[in-house]
Amino acid sequence: MPDDIEAIAEQVFTALADPSRRAILAALASGGPATATDLAARLPITRQAIAKHLGLLTEAGLVTAEPGERRRIRYRLRSAPMKVAQQFLAALARDWDSPLDALKEHLDRGA
Amino acid sequence: MGFPDRIERTVALAHPPTRVWAALTTAEGLAAWFGEEADIDLRPGGAARMRWASGYSVEMRVERVEEPEVFGFTWQIEELPDDDPRRTYVEFTLEPDGAGTRLTVVETGFAQLPEDAYRKVYDGHTQGWASELGELAGYLDAR
Repeated sequence: MPDDIEAIAEQVFTALADPSRRAILAALASGGPATATDLAARLPITRQAIAKHLGLLTEAGLVTAEPGERRRIRYRLRSAPMKVAQQFLAALARDWDSPLDALKEHLDRGA
Repeated sequence: MGFPDRIERTVALAHPPTRVWAALTTAEGLAAWFGEEADIDLRPGGAARMRWASGYSVEMRVERVEEPEVFGFTWQIEELPDDDPRRTYVEFTLEPDGAGTRLTVVETGFAQLPEDAYRKVYDGHTQGWASELGELAGYLDAR
């Protein structure tokens, strides 16, 4: 599990680049913790692919496995890394143009 | 009707057949790029198994062992119950290609699947072999 902000954001964006992993994360976000079997029943993804993706998502720290017997293990979304990635997106989405336009207008009026 | 029965995929690997063979046919190799844990009894009729931390596991039966050219196994089909006898057959063919290996995987037997499971399994394995062979190349390159 990475600890610096760049590495965390990179893991989130790598995970989100794959449509199957997006579907798994979205299912955990909307439906709460679920087992690999629950996810395979709900999504058009095979159990084997789900097992592989959950391994990768766990390693990246985006989901955690709740303790339990094999096959009953439930996976839960970790929102902390998503919040870090959100900061990156927020910085990019910030609209700098309107405040600058307002400033220009204000200065023009004063001139 | 007429589902495609087979998936075929070829990759060029920058490593000789003996190394690729070890990655495909040993527990250590399989656990590094395919499963998270693996065991294998490498002889025709031998049992093999791969497991993942989420609890999913797949039982395999070794069918062809012609070192270092052909390795074949059958395995369970994920969307069918564990006791269902139907299997698909996976065959790896390794051909020397300069200093590397041309690896072909062919998986057959999808036509025996019921219609409701077919699409998910066939599409899943089509994507699956693309990503697995990528992981195999990554594993070989990293060593």
